[in-house]
Amino acid sequence: MKRLKHATKIVTRRAFLRKSFQSGTGLSLALMLPGCVEPEDATKTAAIDAPDMAGTPFVANAFVTIGQDSTVTVQIKHVEMGQGPYTGLATLVAEELDADWDQVVAVAAPAEPAYHNLHWGMQATGGSSAITNSFEQMREAGAVARYMLVGAASQYWDVPAAKIEVTRGVISHAASNRQASFGELASLAAEQALPDFVTLKSPKDFVLIGTTLSRKDIGKTDGSAVFTQDIQLPNMLTAVVAHPPRYGATLASFDATAAKELPGVVDVLALDNGVAVLARTFWQAKQARDALDVSWNEDNAFVQSSADLFAHYRQRAETPGDSWIKEGDLAAAFEGASQIVEAVYEVPFLAHATMEPMNCVIQFNGTEAEFWYGCQFQTVDQAQAAQVLGIAPEKVKINTLLAGGSFGRRANAHSDYVLETTQIAKAHGKSVPIKLVWTREDDTNAGYFRPMYVHRLKAALDDAGNIAGWQHRIVGQSISKGTMFEPMIQNGVDPQTVEGAHVPYAIPAQEVETHAVDLPVPVLWWRSVASTHTAYVTEAFIDELAAAAGRDPLEFRMSMLDDQPRHQQVLALAAEKAGWGSPLPSGRARGIAVHQSFGTYVAEVAEVSVAESGDYKVEKVTCAVDCGIAVNPDVIRAQMEGGIGFGLSPAMLSEITFENGAMVQSSFHDYKVLRINQMPDIDVHIVPSAEAPTGVGEPSTPVAAPALANALFAATSIPRRKLPIGLKV
Amino acid sequence: MKTNFTLNGTAQSIEIDPDTPLLWAIRDHLQLTGTKYGCGIAQCGACTVHLNGKPNRSCVTPVSAAAGKVVTTIEGLANSAVSAEGLAIQNAWNDAAVVQCGYCQSGQIMSATALLKTHPQPSDEDIDRAMAGNICRCSTYMRIRAAIKHAATDLRGEVMS
Repeated sequence: MKRLKHATKIVTRRAFLRKSFQSGTGLSLALMLPGCVEPEDATKTAAIDAPDMAGTPFVANAFVTIGQDSTVTVQIKHVEMGQGPYTGLATLVAEELDADWDQVVAVAAPAEPAYHNLHWGMQATGGSSAITNSFEQMREAGAVARYMLVGAASQYWDVPAAKIEVTRGVISHAASNRQASFGELASLAAEQALPDFVTLKSPKDFVLIGTTLSRKDIGKTDGSAVFTQDIQLPNMLTAVVAHPPRYGATLASFDATAAKELPGVVDVLALDNGVAVLARTFWQAKQARDALDVSWNEDNAFVQSSADLFAHYRQRAETPGDSWIKEGDLAAAFEGASQIVEAVYEVPFLAHATMEPMNCVIQFNGTEAEFWYGCQFQTVDQAQAAQVLGIAPEKVKINTLLAGGSFGRRANAHSDYVLETTQIAKAHGKSVPIKLVWTREDDTNAGYFRPMYVHRLKAALDDAGNIAGWQHRIVGQSISKGTMFEPMIQNGVDPQTVEGAHVPYAIPAQEVETHAVDLPVPVLWWRSVASTHTAYVTEAFIDELAAAAGRDPLEFRMSMLDDQPRHQQVLALAAEKAGWGSPLPSGRARGIAVHQSFGTYVAEVAEVSVAESGDYKVEKVTCAVDCGIAVNPDVIRAQMEGGIGFGLSPAMLSEITFENGAMVQSSFHDYKVLRINQMPDIDVHIVPSAEAPTGVGEPSTPVAAPALANALFAATSIPRRKLPIGLKV
Repeated sequence: MKTNFTLNGTAQSIEIDPDTPLLWAIRDHLQLTGTKYGCGIAQCGACTVHLNGKPNRSCVTPVSAAAGKVVTTIEGLANSAVSAEGLAIQNAWNDAAVVQCGYCQSGQIMSATALLKTHPQPSDEDIDRAMAGNICRCSTYMRIRAAIKHAATDLRGEVMS
């Protein structure tokens, strides 16, 4: 028996939701539910015996509502941005509820404390945590609902609850040959007492978890799915904003005379960080924005160039930094070394470049605000918007919509585009819906980049070709500094800088240090955060060391992982499936890399072909992943495939650079990302596991760059110490 | 000034600045939001529609260029001249669980449907050529390629039977 940890919250939410269902909100929710499929079951010969009760839906708890038509509506507390929480969290509920998958509908949860991420104590999506933090919570939510449905059947049929079965959405009692659907017992279930305990299934009894299920984020192949960009409300205005040309520049003055004469323009507003134009349509707003005559004060603007920054970073890397790891006697290791290998690696700023540029819809009536957008940081955005508007956070309602990608961009402690929208609504002062739309160029320029970094690595190899000492210095901006996450910085070291840099290998002496650089360029986590660069440099450097020691890269790694069986297992599996060590045609080579992030272990083998011209192609990536219990294997495969493609973009193509403080790139013609002709075949293998499930949204991304770099190193004998590599070697 | 064109089988006449991109005419004036804005400079393909049956980046096509022509968007695919190809593509997309965030997928599906119309049995090179203008940041490309091939096979099966 398992103690029900969240009983209090569930009861509170139940009362709240009941109230909602009696209001207009509940009605609109009910109208959104599609017709329910009749449950089919082997017991269909049994007589249907259920109370004739018309009434309210059965609101079992904050997460599960069962309608009179048997539709099971699951409130999803994590934003759906493609990574699959609508499917994954609904699977957990349906498993314990013994629902039929076709009767389950996923909807975005409101912004309320019941929907906090249990890892963080606030409502937020990130860190590949959706399944991890919800694995018990959502199963409990389903189990509670099942308990109450069974209680209703027990009461109505006057039979012991222990003799009642629930299979694929049908409640039945074999001895009396009776059955009922969830909907038929919903009203009576709502009257049952909440259980003190629920028993969760043993993994051997799972019927949905571990199987391939259709995705619940529907409407994405016929144009009916609604993203922020698609919100249409009566009398809605579209806002387009003129932003400063460089970071640190401020608004000096502007002349809106020409802009205001253009058709459709309703208002022009000065903001903290720009000038907003409000018009009836996007195109009118954009034309007017472009017609503004704006002067910027650039006295304190950012004026540096990427080349100078890299030179400065390289200098810093030569000096000791703030210590993160200090193990063993490194000086002795270098003194006794038979070989010392040194390398400096560089990675540039990266944009998230979501397909849907940042946007946000607000309606503010002076006392309450309502938002519609692909919100990833509900609690933070809600509090900061409330502060700007001078109202209580409870007066800020957030409708979380499907997000057209995020990759970390929408989880921003500064709530940047949300507060820009809020400021516009406040300044306009009329209770009309306003949609802020950033153009692609606005989105790129606004930044919040993965920071640029320089890594300096130095290692000692002993006579046997083993690593005796390892020194690693990382130079770059702190993501946490100046945000609510700043307390995470310890001894000057930001975990968002170093995560993933503590290599899993058995190395007797290790030091990892950082230099935090202050720049006015806004930075943020980017799918897999620090591992985007720490996995690349450590795993590429390992191959440099293997080469120096004259050892095979796989054997070299395995020999140092005796205490890391899960690393060993994914390495061995990926190597076996990729045919590691088997002969390849001329011009082809393989590279291997392994990395653990967010508790998930991923190994990848990249196979490349290199032409005499230097053009290369990533032919294939073989991926092995150990993420504990595989809740949705096909979603896991999709995340591995997509995450590898996402990681190949910065490995091969993407960079944001500055010239005298001005950003060089602006859109997809110069901020290059992977296209279909550059996508390799990807072969994913999931390690069977009974461990608790861990995240899959991010962990395949950081392994792609080192696997590719190592394959190109194997092909050309030239280490790849700078990203992006480009399309030629 | 009025611009007249046929949108998903229905005659439309809209009073609009003729330089307005077709994308925004469709989205903001005709309220069909399945066609997406991604870059506005024909670099990402999210805005792909069919103009007289050919794939078109509606973000750089002035609405005046659509005058007198037939425009098909994702919403009208099922009742268009390429309904068989469109349905096969949409089914293949769903069967292969191609979609992740989904924002680019209307454009992907419009490009893929147009490809099948002209190349009923597309090679990998045909797919690269037709689809390289459509970016997917979730990198669903592998499944897109597989789904196009499945749809082509399905269509051949239907023609043969």
